[in-house]
Formats: sequence, structure tokens, C-alpha cells
Amino acid sequence: MAIGSTASNQQQARALQPLLQVCDLRTYFKIEGEVAKAVDGVSFEVHPGEVLGIVGESGSGKSVTALSVLRLVPEPPGFNAGGKIVYGGEDLLSKTYPEMWKIRGNEIAMIFQEPMTALNPVFTVGFQVIETLRTHYPNMTKAEAHDRAVEMLAKVKIPDAARRMCQYPHQFSGGMRQRAMIAIALCCNPKLLIADEPTTALDVTTQAQILDLMLELKDSQVGASIILITHDLAVVAETCDRVIVMYGGKVQEIGTVEQIFYQAKHPYTRGLLSSLPSVQTHSADRLHTIPGNVPSITQMPDGCKFCTRCEDVVDHCREKEPPLDDTGDGHWVRCHLMNEDFATDV
Amino acid sequence: MSDILLEVNNLTVCYPVWGGVLQRKVGEVRAVDDVSFTIRQGETLGLVGESGCGKTTIAKALVNILRATIPGIHQEGEILFHTAKGPVDLLDLPRSKMRPLRAEVQMIFQDPFSSLNPRMTVGSIIEAPLRIHTRQSRGQRKERVSWLLERVGLQPEQASRYPHEFSGGQRQRVGIARALAVNPKLIIADEPVSALDVSVQSQVINLLQDLQDELGLTYLFVAHDLSVVHHISDRIAVMYLGNLIEIGDADAVYLNPAHPYSRALVSAVPRPDPKSDRSDRQMLEGEIPSPLQKPSGCAFRTRCPLAQSECALTVPLLESKKSGQQAACPLT
Repeated sequence: MAIGSTASNQQQARALQPLLQVCDLRTYFKIEGEVAKAVDGVSFEVHPGEVLGIVGESGSGKSVTALSVLRLVPEPPGFNAGGKIVYGGEDLLSKTYPEMWKIRGNEIAMIFQEPMTALNPVFTVGFQVIETLRTHYPNMTKAEAHDRAVEMLAKVKIPDAARRMCQYPHQFSGGMRQRAMIAIALCCNPKLLIADEPTTALDVTTQAQILDLMLELKDSQVGASIILITHDLAVVAETCDRVIVMYGGKVQEIGTVEQIFYQAKHPYTRGLLSSLPSVQTHSADRLHTIPGNVPSITQMPDGCKFCTRCEDVVDHCREKEPPLDDTGDGHWVRCHLMNEDFATDV
Repeated sequence: MSDILLEVNNLTVCYPVWGGVLQRKVGEVRAVDDVSFTIRQGETLGLVGESGCGKTTIAKALVNILRATIPGIHQEGEILFHTAKGPVDLLDLPRSKMRPLRAEVQMIFQDPFSSLNPRMTVGSIIEAPLRIHTRQSRGQRKERVSWLLERVGLQPEQASRYPHEFSGGQRQRVGIARALAVNPKLIIADEPVSALDVSVQSQVINLLQDLQDELGLTYLFVAHDLSVVHHISDRIAVMYLGNLIEIGDADAVYLNPAHPYSRALVSAVPRPDPKSDRSDRQMLEGEIPSPLQKPSGCAFRTRCPLAQSECALTVPLLESKKSGQQAACPLT
């Protein structure tokens, strides 16, 4: 069984045919003679109809993982150092560029964090939606594409869509731009939507609207899935079915959202969760902290990537990288303390 | 403890709008509209609201830097800062009189990347306020910088390094050390933790609280993350389109918000608990209106679930509510 798949019977049936399977993906960057292992042996699966969250701090490799799936990592300096990305029975890493063009947008689409930089400021929003449609459906006439674009903008709840078509991105507010981005991403009914920090630049009230919209659109298409990349654990708790916690370019823990939030096993996940202020904490209380800073990607320690900041660290952690172990029910943890031989040392 | 340190009365700030071929002033945007509040000695007042609500403008008005940076700006009202010699109105203070007061009110900025000069060493960045405001000798200043670095959790040896050698969280510590250098009474922190990762964010919040306990600092904590503001603040003020719409004890505002906008804002905050019941969540419709076309009467009425026809007529005033806070809505 592949790493990251679920073990309970009901979920196993669903897991037989994952929509996307990433196996031992390695994306490295060569910078000034040094190799930065941004994504180092990441494996996971996306099942039809699920929302998979990838959480981690800056530099954990979550965005590079997403870009690698769509083969959008700039090469050079980036390069693929191994692994497989299986989508629809084929390995995306062995595809040629023209073949990838057909997959991007049609099968897998992506929305980015800052919609102002992702939209072209010198073309109207309508033009950019129509452009996507005409690229992917060459037989579509201009009039058809126009009607479909208005329909898409209305679907993402942009009021007065026909008039908004003729406006430029700067005339849209942040939330509206993100809606336009979602409309462009969903024009060709992709099976998988990768959303890289889609609400980080937005206010909380707009964030709630956008997340609701994404989930609503996912539910309206049977079997469509979302990979949601974020650093905000609260957003994950509210939207995702399963969660991947990344640190130092590696998957540290995979589980259902309940497993991660109520039975977190990795010291990093536990540390992150207890760092959050909750309704019960008061200004007199101190927040839990994870000591130190994230090491730079070229200076990651040899053993466990988290050993420099871990509170439960044992000598063995510094020497050997722990494997990603199945602890049952599809909950996988990369920590020596899960292994009883070492846990007794603590 | 309940001595008032800062008193803001009817503060209005209007940014000019330039237009036409000759780029003349064609109008004004009321970024802050008739706002009054007080900050007590030793407390933390949290200021929250969505982007464009005027919270950063208030922060800048309190350090009186708007006049110098934005030509044609129009400010009204008074900002009374209570010093040992009695209250001083910061708004109409001439430049020469403002300078000594700048040591009393210091600011911490949001972006630890752009708020530190990349060409200065961290030591000289922290030393700069000392050179300007004190007559300490070079040796004294150096000693003070070492003490400050240690106090914010860095090593004194790091004084000779440059900002790019530090991570985001460490840079924010440098910003805090710089603000503390001249023993200020009031620190205005404009989104000090929103650019930081979760694990580092809690370190900086704890540091700010430790420093407050130790040095008796008063904070105005401007942020958009309500859960962080609730954690650190004694009182919370909520703004919408330039108006102060609710102010009161942190628990009252966060747990029992009285204004319909505060309710929507609090209920939009995601909770790190997959099983929390969100069926009572209030979703706001639409977008925040442009401050250029601010609705008449209550500015929130265009999106308010409780709006009635009389809301368009008069601007509601802050009034006391059951849970102890003041809110500008007669309907709740």
C-alpha cells in the first residue's frame, strides 16, 4: 500500500483509484553550487471528492510540491531529482511540454495567493477568461466563449458579471480578483484544483466567502478534488478532509483532519497546534512556543529535520532520519518516538 | 493603573484626492471619521478591522507622521498625550516640540523586511534612536544595544550583522529592540506578527507581553487577526470604514459582540477545531464600499442583516451595551 493512503475498509475502497498519486517526489534547486532540497521524497494521494490540506511554515516545501505537480517549477535553477506523479494512469514527469499544456487547466488547475500578480493588468478580466476558454477549446466561437465567460463569472458570484467583464483587474477588489482567478481556473471543469494560499491576502470576512465558494463549486462537480495549501491551521480545520503537515521539505504527518487536530502525534504538529491562541486563553497566559527558527533549506540537519527545535529530541533523532510510519487508520507519522524502541529512552 | 496615557478626541483624518490635468485637489477621503478613544497606562488596546477601515491611519496619526509624509492631508480633533508636565496635543505641535515626544511614542512595523535599512548593521539600527534622543557616549550606547539585543532574545555579538542575515522573526525582534531603545511609554504596533509563521508568531507575542510586564509599557496593537488580538489585548476597538463602531473589554467584544459588524467579523474567524459548530456563522454579503462613496448614516447599513430605513438617516453614536462594551448600533 502506498504511503498516505487510508486503511479503514470504507476508505480503502475509495483509495483504490486515487485521482493523483505523488510518489517519492524530489524537487531540488541548484543555487550557487549548493543543492537546496526543497521537496525531498514527498508521497501522498488525492482521492476523488476530497479536500486535501498541505500545511507548513514558509520554506517547508508546500508550494514547490504544488508547482511540481503542474511542472511549473522554473528549470533551471530547479530540477526534478526523482519520483513519480501519477495522474490518470500516466506519469506527469515523463510528459512533454505540449502534453502538459493539455493537462494544465483541463485536468488540473491552480489558483495563486496574490491575484493581482496572477492576473494580467493590461487586459480586461473578461478577455482573460475568454482567452483561457479559446485556448483550451479551439472550436469555440468568440460569442460562445463570451457567453460562457459571463456564466463563469456569475457562477463565482461576481455581481453584474456582464459589465464586470469589461473591467480591468485594478477595478476589482481583492476578493473579486480571487473570484475571477477561480473562474479562470474552473472554466474547463478541471478534476483537481490546486489552491496555493488562496485567502492569505484577504480579510477574514472575504476569506470565509471565498472558502465557502470553493467548497460549493467542488461539491457541484462530482469527483472533483482540491489541494489547499496554507499556513493557517484554522482554515485547514474548517475546510479539509485530510491534512499533510510538511517541515523541511518532507511530509511529517498525514491524517484525517480529526486525527491531526485531536490526536496529533508528531511533536511539530503538536507544537503548531498549541501555539495558536484559543478562545479560552487570556492575555495573562503565555502561548506555547516552538523554540528557535526554521533552519535555512541548505542547512537542514542530517537526521530528523525537526531535531533542532524538537522538545522530545533523543540522540538517535540527530543521526538517522525517521521513516514515515503507519500508526493505523491512515495516520502516518515521521518520528522516532512512534517506534517503541526509542520512545522508552525519553 | 487606570491613569489615562493617551486621549483621542473626535479625530478626523482626510486624505486628499488629486485629479484633473493640473493634478489639483478634487476631493477628500475620510479615512478616519470622528473617532474618540482613550488608552490607559499599562494596558493593551487592540484595534481591528478590515483593510481600508482606517486602523493604520490612526496608528500613523498617533505618531504624527501623516503631516510630514502626505501633502494636503487634513487632520482635525485632538490627540492628548499625558506627560509628566500635563497633556500635550500631538496634532498641532510644531516639529521642534514633537521631537522629544517621539521618544515617548515608538512604533513597531508590520514588515520586518522593509522596515530595517539593509545597509546598516543591526547594532547601528538599534542605536539610531539613542543617537537622536539621548546624549549618551558611544560606550554607553553600545552597552545599551547589547542589553536590548539580549532582552529581545538575540545575542549581543549579532550587533555587527546585517538584517539580511536574520530570519523574519529575528528581524521583528530587532524592530522591537529599536522601539524600546529610548524607553518609550507607548508602543504602537502595526500588525507586528501578521508577516510571521505560526511558531514564530507565538514567540513574538510572548516577548511583547513579557516586555510589557517588565517595563510597564502601554500598547496600541493594530491587527486584523482577531484571535491574536483577543489574546494580547485588555480592550478591543473595532473599526469599519473610518468609524469606531465598538469598543470594550476584550472578552466582551470577542465573545459577545454587540455591533452587527463585529458579530460578522468574529464569526468569520476560522477556528482550529474541525468539530466546532459553525451553523450559526453569519456571512457578510458583498464587499466593503469604497470610502469615496461612503453610505449615509450608518456606514455598515449596506451589508447589515438588521438594517432598517432609519439607519440611513443618522450616524449612530457609541452607547453602552449589556455585556459592558460600547457599540454604535441602536438596534442591538
